[in-house]
Amino acid sequence: MRLIAPIAKRVARLALVLTCVALVSYGLMMASPIDPVDAYLGPQMAQVSPEQRALIAQRWGFDEPPAVQFGHWLRQLVGGDLGWSHVYNQPVSEVIAQRFQRSIALLGSAWMLSTLVGFSLGVLAGAKEGSKLDNIISTYAFITASTPAFWLAILAVLLFSVTLGWTPTCCAGPAGALNQEVSVATRLHHLLLPVTTLALLGIANITLHTRTRMLELMRSDVATHAFAQGASRIDVAWRHGLRHASLPAITLAFASLGELFGGSILIEQVFAYPGLGQATVAAGLRSDVPLLLGIALFTALFVSVGNMIADSLYGVIDPRIKAGGL
Amino acid sequence: MLTIEQLSLQLPLYASWWKRDWATCLDKFSLRVYPGEVHAVVGASGAGKSLLAYAIMGLLPTPARLSGQLYYQGKPLNASLQRQLRGRELALIPQSLNALDPLVRTQRQVAWAAQRAGQASAHAWHASQQALDHYQLDARAQQAYAHELSGGMARRVLTAMAHVSQAKLVIADEPSVGLDPYQRQRVLDALRELADQGKSVILITHDLRHALPIADRVTIMRDGKRVETASACAFQGSGASLTNAYSQALWLALPDNAFATTAISRREQEVTVA
Amino acid sequence: MSQAQPRLRAALSLAVTALLVIGLVASQWLLGDAPRQMQFDARLAPPGVDHWLGTDALGRELWARTLAGLALSFWVGCLAALLSTLIALSLAAIATLSARLDALVSLLIDTLLSVPHLILLMLIAFALGGGTQAVIIAVAVTHWPSLARVLRAELWQLRQAPYVRISRALGKSRWFVLHGHLLPHLIPHCLVGALLLFPHAILHEAALTFLGFGLSPSQPAIGVLLADAMRYLSGGYWWLGVFPGLGMLLMVLGFERLSSHLRRAL
Repeated sequence: MRLIAPIAKRVARLALVLTCVALVSYGLMMASPIDPVDAYLGPQMAQVSPEQRALIAQRWGFDEPPAVQFGHWLRQLVGGDLGWSHVYNQPVSEVIAQRFQRSIALLGSAWMLSTLVGFSLGVLAGAKEGSKLDNIISTYAFITASTPAFWLAILAVLLFSVTLGWTPTCCAGPAGALNQEVSVATRLHHLLLPVTTLALLGIANITLHTRTRMLELMRSDVATHAFAQGASRIDVAWRHGLRHASLPAITLAFASLGELFGGSILIEQVFAYPGLGQATVAAGLRSDVPLLLGIALFTALFVSVGNMIADSLYGVIDPRIKAGGL
Repeated sequence: MLTIEQLSLQLPLYASWWKRDWATCLDKFSLRVYPGEVHAVVGASGAGKSLLAYAIMGLLPTPARLSGQLYYQGKPLNASLQRQLRGRELALIPQSLNALDPLVRTQRQVAWAAQRAGQASAHAWHASQQALDHYQLDARAQQAYAHELSGGMARRVLTAMAHVSQAKLVIADEPSVGLDPYQRQRVLDALRELADQGKSVILITHDLRHALPIADRVTIMRDGKRVETASACAFQGSGASLTNAYSQALWLALPDNAFATTAISRREQEVTVA
Repeated sequence: MSQAQPRLRAALSLAVTALLVIGLVASQWLLGDAPRQMQFDARLAPPGVDHWLGTDALGRELWARTLAGLALSFWVGCLAALLSTLIALSLAAIATLSARLDALVSLLIDTLLSVPHLILLMLIAFALGGGTQAVIIAVAVTHWPSLARVLRAELWQLRQAPYVRISRALGKSRWFVLHGHLLPHLIPHCLVGALLLFPHAILHEAALTFLGFGLSPSQPAIGVLLADAMRYLSGGYWWLGVFPGLGMLLMVLGFERLSSHLRRAL
């Protein structure tokens, strides 16, 4: 019973934030210099007469004040209708669902890899501060965190696909093959390089942050006291360090979701992987407003829920908070 | 048990943007501690007392300049010996309660202390329970986390950690700070008990008044220098048996005594340094 | 240089970076039209003595275009970081004026932070119709929330300070307290924050341009260079993809190192 109140509060806040996201996104779209009728028509805008344009405007409510339009859109949204995507000629919800299914493999694996490997490397580096291992890990993390994601992807393609020929240069499956025909092994083969590249970037950030926490701990009173008891550095890192580093790691892991989404957009673009990221770029470049809005909301929901889970977990795991003290 | 000879410690500080200066924290400090005695090291805050504890344990921050000699049971106490003996024969009861890991239950932490002192894990678990019982911490306190303990209980846990390690030399750094008279007496009595078992206890404190009843000998420290070492019974009456003007003034300044304040010039004090 | 002299290291870092920046800016003035000069007889030439970093499909020297792109990124990054810091500072300050305003600003921060950076960038760039100005504003608007959060927390702590309470008790207006007490304390935080923002701003601008939302393709921005390079990857024209990105990496690394040195020294 005690847990329900804070969770309910968080859910309410989540709803409020998402409504604001909707408001801001919609406002931005309204502010865009693109004529909504043009956006709706897409490439066919040249073939339509002025009378037909007026009809379209009336039908979709483009000629009404912005607040009313927002109201319409919001009502439709709550009812589950996200609008029609003219780029893919499908309902927006279908586009998102289909593409997310393909992106989730990429995102999920990269997320797990970056969290697990990043955390381990961070703990190792922090425990052995100043050693050769620490220097290698820190340098790698530092450099990778400063690397443009899409450039890393380009390098990867150049090295592994073009020069060495180990991995395919693009897409989720061989060109021309139907979705059902592609085997799991081939899928994995196509996923290998994108996932590795995306993970490399995520690892760098998590490693750096975890290392900082470990260093803080190794310099704290707890560590000094443990050393006074005759503990070795490994002992302190294992028994005290891991515990203290795990808690912030949870927040880190969920916070990295947002960055991963961004990274996946760039990676998908370079590898021509037909996921949600590629759809976002297409929507933006070809002024597909409903799709763009839908994706913005969907990702915001994803990230916010992730953060909410992290907050709740923290409250359950950390004994200082559980007692109600903090 | 422990002999300190002419120990000098310098730590770096930045006087200005680029110039690095060395601040002298311990100045040719000498001390002898015997088994079975409680030796109180008394001085004002900032006199270098905690640093003395760290120097003995070998836990000084790296950019430190140390000169002089430390001997433990006749053997020179160098870095490798310190590493060997830390937790096994040398134990430190820290000043800060933050030394207790807030994410680990009490009994487990004490068991770890025992394991780090070289005991097997099954035995360590049992020993930790015994030690905590000895310091009157009930089952609930034993399963509690650090933030759930009161100040007095936390200090007793730290003392239990030193107890369970079976160390022969125990350094207690300001163990009675922030405690009410009853708790304070319990902690000090516990230290006396450790000494009575044949261990050496160095009691670092600024509280001369309450250290005297349990101490055998007292060393007064000022600005990193040793002012005087006297037996506890010399601190009586008007402090006439004390040889140094500073020690006398310190004694007389206590509220129980004359509560008098006299300015003691450093020159005056230096003349009578033993 | 030993670990014990962090201030010396930071000062050296600052000096080197400043020199490099001046060099970069000066190079643009010296290069003149070189990034746009097409040499049709030397198209897609590999790196060598004649063409230091190779040439692209229109025979333009890659080293000139890369330098131009870096300079462009530098300016955009600077302006964006500056704008972002100003917004963050203003909003954090406003948040201290009343509890309602604080809740509002907090909500705004949470809203902007829940949308992934790149998507928010695309939304804003789309809303503003693309182009250099749009990129600067987009990057500024995306990055101020994190800095504002830090500043707001600092301000919150400061408000509890005794000298602030006394000031209020003496009847000084909230504005005075803000202006005289709180803001001066925040300047080092702002500087560090702006410095931290700068590399991210550059990376995001490049990403936006790469995707096609940012600076127009006629300008030799790093994102444009790399987007072009994509088309020639399978052909094995590796220098088109490697060097521009390498240049950007080195620039971002330099600034990241500078900011970490400064943070350690301050």
